[in-house]
Amino acid sequence: MNDQPDPARRPIDPALLRGLTQRRYSRRDMLRFAGYGVGSAGLAAFLAACGVKGSAPKASPTKPGASPSAIDFTKYYGDGKPAGTLNFANWEDYIDVDSKGNSPSLQAFTKQTGIKVNYKTVINDNDPFLAKIIPVLQAGQDTGYDLIVITNGGGIERMIALGFLTPLDHKFLPNWEANADPKTKNPNYDPGNVYTVAWQSGFTGIGYNSKVVKTPPTSFKDLLDPTYKGKVGMFANDQDLPCPALNAMGFDIDKSTSDQWKTAADAVSKARDDGIVRKFYDQSYIDALENGDIVLTQAWSGDIFIASAPKSFGGDGFPEMKFVFPQEGPIYWHDNMAIPLHAQHPVDAITYMNYVYDPKVAAEMADFIWYVTPVPGAQSVVLNDLKDPTVANSPLIFPSAQDLLQAKQYKVFKDSAEKDEWDSVWQPVYSS
Amino acid sequence: MGQRMATGVQLVGKPKARLGKRLAPYLLTLPGGLWLLLFFLIPILFMASVSLQTGSLEQGFQLTWHVGRYWEVLRQYHVQFVRSLIYGSVATGITLLVAYPVAYWIAFHGGKHKTTFLFLLLLPFFVSFVIRTLAWQFILADDGLVLGTLKRWHLLPHSFHVLATSAAVISGIAYNFLPFMALPLYVAIERIDRRVVEAAHDLYAGRSQVFTRVIFPLSVPGVFAGILLTFVPAVGDYVNASILGGTKTTMIGNIVQLEFLQNFHYPVAAALSFLLMAVLLIGIFLYAKVLGTRSIQEYV
Amino acid sequence: MSAIVFEGPTHAGGVAPAEPFHAKKRWTRFILPTYAGLVMLYLVTPILIMILYGFNNSGPKRVSFRWLGWSLYGYIHLFAKPDLTQALKNSLLVGVVSTIIATILGTLIALALVRYRYRGRSATDFVLFLNISAPEIVLGASLLSLFISFGVPRGIATIIIAHVMFNIAYVAVTVRARLAGFDRSLEEAAGDLGASPMQTFVKVTLPIIWPGILAGGLLAFALSIDDFIITNFNAGTTQTFPLWVYGAVKVGIPPQVFVMGTLIFMGGVVIAAINVVAARRKK
Repeated sequence: MNDQPDPARRPIDPALLRGLTQRRYSRRDMLRFAGYGVGSAGLAAFLAACGVKGSAPKASPTKPGASPSAIDFTKYYGDGKPAGTLNFANWEDYIDVDSKGNSPSLQAFTKQTGIKVNYKTVINDNDPFLAKIIPVLQAGQDTGYDLIVITNGGGIERMIALGFLTPLDHKFLPNWEANADPKTKNPNYDPGNVYTVAWQSGFTGIGYNSKVVKTPPTSFKDLLDPTYKGKVGMFANDQDLPCPALNAMGFDIDKSTSDQWKTAADAVSKARDDGIVRKFYDQSYIDALENGDIVLTQAWSGDIFIASAPKSFGGDGFPEMKFVFPQEGPIYWHDNMAIPLHAQHPVDAITYMNYVYDPKVAAEMADFIWYVTPVPGAQSVVLNDLKDPTVANSPLIFPSAQDLLQAKQYKVFKDSAEKDEWDSVWQPVYSS
Repeated sequence: MGQRMATGVQLVGKPKARLGKRLAPYLLTLPGGLWLLLFFLIPILFMASVSLQTGSLEQGFQLTWHVGRYWEVLRQYHVQFVRSLIYGSVATGITLLVAYPVAYWIAFHGGKHKTTFLFLLLLPFFVSFVIRTLAWQFILADDGLVLGTLKRWHLLPHSFHVLATSAAVISGIAYNFLPFMALPLYVAIERIDRRVVEAAHDLYAGRSQVFTRVIFPLSVPGVFAGILLTFVPAVGDYVNASILGGTKTTMIGNIVQLEFLQNFHYPVAAALSFLLMAVLLIGIFLYAKVLGTRSIQEYV
Repeated sequence: MSAIVFEGPTHAGGVAPAEPFHAKKRWTRFILPTYAGLVMLYLVTPILIMILYGFNNSGPKRVSFRWLGWSLYGYIHLFAKPDLTQALKNSLLVGVVSTIIATILGTLIALALVRYRYRGRSATDFVLFLNISAPEIVLGASLLSLFISFGVPRGIATIIIAHVMFNIAYVAVTVRARLAGFDRSLEEAAGDLGASPMQTFVKVTLPIIWPGILAGGLLAFALSIDDFIITNFNAGTTQTFPLWVYGAVKVGIPPQVFVMGTLIFMGGVVIAAINVVAARRKK
C-alpha cells in the first residue's frame, strides 16, 4: 500500500471486484471500451438514440486517463504545484471554528502553504448535493469545487461509478500513509483509496432528551414503542433508516433477504401508521430534538455531542441530550474527501487532504467537530496538548475497539437491481 | 422608422408604413413569444419525451416509448397524487371561506382606508415564501409560542402537536395562497354596481337575499378566478409539506422533486409532472370554455 | 399576485356610498369588521414572528424556537455568512436582469394584443393564460427536462431564463390592463403635429403606459426574488436567497435569514408605498 502503482491498479483487479463493486467497475470498463464498440447493448442503444433523437442526456464522459496499468497523474495534477486556491464544499458544523467564526486549522493551512481556502458549507444532504453537481460533470465542466465531502453507502459509490472523481496520486499523501486509521484505509466502497480518503466517521445510534425520556433507550426497537407517541424521529434516507431497523431485528444487513427487508419495513410502517413516528428527518432532526418537537430519535453521534455541550464549549447548551449505542450495535459510516473531475485546483485539494492527516491538525479539528477522526494519533494530542479530556475520553469521538467491533456498516448493493428492490421496499416507508 | 423624412419621401413611406403596420403585431409578439415557445411550450414536449424514456443516470436515457410508465407511476404514487388534489381542494375551500367575508367587507365597508386594508391583505407577499412557511413552523412548534404556552397552562396534553400533521400542511398552504384568493374576490365584489344592490333593497329583498341573489352571483367570476389561482399552485406545492408535514403528508410535488433531483429517475418525475399538468389542464380547459381566458387575466 | 399591489384599488362600481344598505345598529354589525381584523392579524402574524425572532438572542448558529432574550446579533453580523450574502446577491442579480428582459418582452406583447387584431392573437392570449395557470412544479420540471436533454449546465443563466419565462405573461397581462383604456387620439394628434412614430412612442405613448410598465416590472421583480420551486429545479449549484434558506432549514437557520427577510420586507413595503402615493398624486 505504500507505492503508488498499487492503488492505481486496484480498480481493475478482478479479485477485488468480485462481490464488492462489480457493477461500478464493469461500468467503467464498458465506458472505456465503448470506443471499440464493445459496449453493452444498452450503451449502443443510447448512442443510437443520441444520434437520432439527440434528447438523451450524456452518459458520464469516458476517462482516457484511467488506463488499466497505471493512471497518468500528470493529466490531473500537472506539475504538482498548487495554484494557491482551494474551493472546499463541506457540511455545516464540520470544521473547527473560533469565536470570530474563522477556522484556525484553515488559517494555519493558508499560512503554511499559501493556499487560500474558500470554505463553503453547501452540503446539507448527499443526494441533493450530488444532484446539483452531477449534471455539471456530465456536461464536462468544472463544478466550482475542488474538494467535496460525501458519505459512503450510496453517494460516494455513485460518484466513483460515474467516473466523476479525480484519482488520488498517493505521492501527495504521506501523512495519510503514516497516520490514517488502518480501519479507514482500503474501504469496501473505494478499494485502495483510489478516489477518496476519510474526512470523519460517525455512528448512527439513538439520541434522546433525558428530561423527558427517563429510561434510557437500549435498542432501535424502543423507537417503535408507543410511550412517546408522536415524539419519535427517524431518518429519511436509504441507509440510516433501513440498516438500524434490520440490525435491531437480528438480520445481517449485508446478507439480508428482501423478505427480511419487508418484515423490518412493515414494523417501521406500523409505528408510522400508529402515529408513533412523528416524521422522517434529514439533519433537521437535531433542530427538532433541541426544540422539543421530538424527544427520542435516530441520531448521528457528533450532532448529539454538539447539542449537549455547553455554549461556552462551542456546543448548543442542551446537557439533557444524550446519545446511546443500541445494544444491537450502531451503524458506522464514513464521510470522505474527494476531488471532483475537472476540478480547477486538484493539487491544492490533495495538499489539504494530506494536511488534515497531521495528528496536530486532526486533533484541533476533532476537538471541535466531535465526530470520529480518522487519525488515532490525535487522541493523545487532544489529551496532552489541548488538555481536553472530555473529548479525548469520549467513546463517541475516540470509540473503543469493542464499540467498533459491534458496529455495522451500511448496506453494499450487489447491483442496481438489488438497490432498486431495496428502494421499492424502503422509500414508501419514509416518503409516505 | 425613426428618422425624420422629407415630405416627398412620406408618400413613398405610406405603403411602407402600412406593411409595417401589418407586420407590427408579429414583430412585437415575436421576441416574447419565441421565449415562451422555447422555454415554456417546447420544454413541455421534452418532458413528455423524457417521460417515455428508459434508462438510468449511469447508462443514459433513451426514448423507448415506454407508455407503461404512466401506469407504473400512478400505481406507485396514486396515494400522493390523490392526497395533493385533496389538500389543494381543502386549502382552496378554506381560503374561499376565509377570504370572501374579508374581501366583501373591504369592498363594501372599507371606506377611505380600502387601499390600506388591501395592502395589509397583500403584506405576506413581501416576505419570502420559504420564510413565511418557516415562521409557521416557529409559531406551531410543540414547545413554541402558542402550544408551549397552552401546555404550560395545562390546557393541552403534553404530546399534542400540530406540526407534522395534514392539518399543518393544509393550513400552511391556505395561508400562503390566501392573497391569491382574496384579490380576485375583492376585484369582483368591488366591481358590482352599487345601484343594483340598492335596487334589490328597494324591492324589499332581505339582507341574506341581497347577498345570495345579487352580490354572490355577481362575484362568481372572481370566485372562479380565485379558485383557479389558488388551487393550481396549492396542488403543485411541496414546500409546505416538507417544512410543516410529517409522515403521510407527502405531496406529489415532493415526489417529483425527489425523483428528479435526488433519485435521478427523470422519466418517473417527468411522467408525474405531465400527469399533474394533464389533470389540471382538463380543469382549466373546462374553465376557459365556460368563462373565457380573459376573465381570469383580468383578475391577475 | 396582482398588479393591484402597486396601483391601489380601482373604482369600477360607480358612485355608490360606502354603506350599500342601511344596517340596523345591532351588535351583529361588529361581526364582519372583527372577522376581517382577525384575518388580517392572521396574515401578518408570521411576519411579526419573523421580525421578532430576528432579534432572538440565540447565538450565531441557529435561531431557536424558544425566546432567549433580545439581541442585535443578526443585524450586526448581517453579512457574516458569505454563502448567504452571495445567495442574496444572486437573487438580486437574477431579479434585476430577468425583470428588465421580461418587462420589455411582456410590454411588447401587451402592445400587440391591445392594438392589433392579427392572426395568432388568441393563440398568444391562450399561451399567456396557460403560462400563468400552469403549476410551478410543471414549469420547473419541464424546463429542466429541456436542459437535461441538451446537457445544458444549470446556473445563473438558466435561472434567469426560467424567471423571464414565468414573468413575461404576468408583465403582459398587467401592462395590457393599463393599456386597455388608452386614448389613441393622443397618438394621432402627435402624428398630425409631425412627430415621427418613434417620437410619438417615446414622448406620448411611453409616459402614458409607464405606470403600467412599472407595475408589471415591480410585480416581476417580486415574483423573481421570491421564487423557490422553479428556481430549485434549474439552479444547479447556484444558490439564490430562497434556495439557501430552504437548504438551511435542514440544519436550522442562522439569525441572519430572518434579518434579511425583515429588510427585504421593509424594502418592499417602502417601494410599494411610494408607488401608491405617486400613483395617487398623478390622479
